[in-house]
Amino acid sequence: MIQLLLHKKLHTAKGMMPLDIDLAITPGEFVTLYGASGAGKTSTLRMISGLLTPDNGKLVVNDVVWLDTSKKTNLKPQQRKLGFVFQDYALFPNMSVLKNLEYALEKHQDNSIITELIDMMELGELQHQKPSTLSGGQQQRVALARALVQQPEILLLDEPLSALDTKMRIKLQDYILKVHQKYKLTTILVSHNIGEIIKLSDRVCLLEQGKIIKSGIPSTIFATHQMSAKFQFTGEVLSIQKEEVVFIVTVLIGTNVVKVIAQESEIANLTTGDTVIVASKAFNPVIQKVL
Amino acid sequence: MIDWEPLILTFKLALITTVLLLFLGIPLAYWLAYSKSKIKPVIETLVSMPLVLPPTVIGFYLLLAFSPSNTFGNWVSEWLGLHLIFSFEGLVIASIFYSLPFMVQPIQAGLSSLPKQYKEASYVLGKSKFKTLLKIILPNIKPALLTGIVLSFAHTIGEFGVVLMIGGNIPGKTKVASIAIYDEVEALNYSTANTYSLILLIITFSILLIVYLINGGYLKKMNR
Repeated sequence: MIQLLLHKKLHTAKGMMPLDIDLAITPGEFVTLYGASGAGKTSTLRMISGLLTPDNGKLVVNDVVWLDTSKKTNLKPQQRKLGFVFQDYALFPNMSVLKNLEYALEKHQDNSIITELIDMMELGELQHQKPSTLSGGQQQRVALARALVQQPEILLLDEPLSALDTKMRIKLQDYILKVHQKYKLTTILVSHNIGEIIKLSDRVCLLEQGKIIKSGIPSTIFATHQMSAKFQFTGEVLSIQKEEVVFIVTVLIGTNVVKVIAQESEIANLTTGDTVIVASKAFNPVIQKVL
Repeated sequence: MIDWEPLILTFKLALITTVLLLFLGIPLAYWLAYSKSKIKPVIETLVSMPLVLPPTVIGFYLLLAFSPSNTFGNWVSEWLGLHLIFSFEGLVIASIFYSLPFMVQPIQAGLSSLPKQYKEASYVLGKSKFKTLLKIILPNIKPALLTGIVLSFAHTIGEFGVVLMIGGNIPGKTKVASIAIYDEVEALNYSTANTYSLILLIITFSILLIVYLINGGYLKKMNR
């Protein structure tokens, strides 16, 4: 169980913004922080990892107090057991892939985990290369592997896939999901990509101006304003689920997520990631003000 | 045949000064690069002073400070057994002051331009500040370190005013090449002065050229 209660006045480009985060996360949960840039997502991750100190607050992780400003407890980043994947990966340029992973080992830690991670992330052929020679997706895999070397219980991902193209994104989402399940991690992701959030997370928290304004299951959070009408849209298939006798296809159109009921014959040659046209024959389009 | 002693002495002085400066310069540059202390501008100014101050001014005040007739000079000579005036040890200390900005400034600039994520990533992986400095920060600012080392070395070779003030002109002890050149010119031995000058010119040119070649990536293998 992670309990977060963090307050900090942040100096942003738009002036002072108070950040108020009150969040409880259950072990094994995959939570995503979503919001416009400058909403305080990255600052939240930095406060959890100890790289940024809140003005006041409390952070309890599995009954261990990491931070309690009222008691002046504040564990250093070094003392907090978590994995952190930075937005720009932060791989050490002076070390090869293998050395980057080995550097992460704790004192006296058995290095069999390195072999395991190299296999899982398919880094075998790259292990003696320097980070600068790797592609974005490869660097991302190394960063993810490095964050897992110490086998943390918590994994923080700061927009890890934002610099990658769609194909690489989908592949890496699978890696993230794989390690999340395999190592029974509690994962906190910062992401802008709705498709990614729906695919990966159990819960999404919408951050606006430093506060969580909404939180819940991603597909419901993002699908609330969907109305069908006599329109035609193109979008990307996020998931295909079987429900009784029909299939529900979740499609990302622009930044909105739409659920479409489909017959088995219609989904026969559809897979996640395909671009599709969604057309509706509704006769009475509804118009409603958004927010 | 020229007397090689002043040249040997010059390089010995430059070498010792540079090594000591490296150990002094790294922590100082680290503090200047990362500290948010209010006295930081003052320290920064003090470090940079030798860049603009006439070397004779530095030499003059060091001469006063090291003089056995005052408290500090007396303490040094009694407790450490060091006579800092008109001695090689005194020259080393004076050179450290004199060449300090040439070591500190490149390293500080190197540290400041290194993305802070490297440091943070290392901390999150549980590594101490010292280990992070040794394994992550320093290896990634090699060009800055090299620049600092070479500039300090070359600058110490070129020292004149400070040496003259604090070291005098004692053969084998404080008579470095730059002083020897001055000496020979005074004695109208232009050809000896020319030999010394040419040697210094060629050596400093070569050293600086090597730095620009390495840092400019012309000799890639040496840099990686």
